[in-house]
Amino acid sequence: MMLAENVVELTIASQLEFIDLVTTLTDNLTHMVGFDEESAYWINMAVRESVANAVEHGNKYDPQKSVDIRFTIGVDALRVTVRDYGEGFDPSTLPDPLDPNNLLNPAGRGILYMRTFMDSVEYERHPDGGMIVSMSKRRLPKAAQEAGEGEHKHDAVRN
Amino acid sequence: MQLEIRERTSGDVAILDLIGKITIGEGSVQLRDAVSKLLEAGRNRIVLNLGGVTYVDSSGIGELVSRYTTTKNTGGRLKLLNLPKKIKDLLMITKLLTVFEIYEDEQAALDSFQ
Repeated sequence: MMLAENVVELTIASQLEFIDLVTTLTDNLTHMVGFDEESAYWINMAVRESVANAVEHGNKYDPQKSVDIRFTIGVDALRVTVRDYGEGFDPSTLPDPLDPNNLLNPAGRGILYMRTFMDSVEYERHPDGGMIVSMSKRRLPKAAQEAGEGEHKHDAVRN
Repeated sequence: MQLEIRERTSGDVAILDLIGKITIGEGSVQLRDAVSKLLEAGRNRIVLNLGGVTYVDSSGIGELVSRYTTTKNTGGRLKLLNLPKKIKDLLMITKLLTVFEIYEDEQAALDSFQ
């Protein structure tokens, strides 16, 4: 059967040790898809943050709960979904890490980084429990990448 | 080992050369323990040399913030040296670049304690 999109799925136990496994796979996929080195680095980080959140805050390190990661290589974009089996949360209620009162908080920056490095990041509750975060990063035509015409949300931090 | 930490001393300033990854779990814990050990010994003038750090995630950034605050609360100072560009980017995105004292020259970092 011919697939319009290539899908790679991975399920890990709720252990931090497995995060490197997921990011190694991420690096392989972004290389295969043809992302430039800079974009690939930040996609790696967005995936790392989402999986770490699922293990730590979602599943709370419960060994009985898994984290499901799904990569979809579309014609236009790389999409990544990460599902946990925790109690779920409302992302709009999280403290703003850029609020001056929160700048020195030890935690709470992961989702901001994910939103900075990916083109879209959406959270939703799974009907059977847990949260799903869906992220995507547009694939740019190779010629545009080489000409440096690509639009990167994090260009502002390059200088 | 995710993170290798080598300790040096210059006068009353402790310099920690960090090599590797500061990420959730082992790397962040190693950094926390190394700074705590210095503070327990009464050494609260600290330079973190990040020149050999290859990767930092949000947990690692949080750990840098925590160690900065903890050191400051003892009346000391924790300063950053040789920030790789990607760590600088992460600090800029979260408006932390102006919170830390950052140096590109070790002697300048040491002199700043005088």
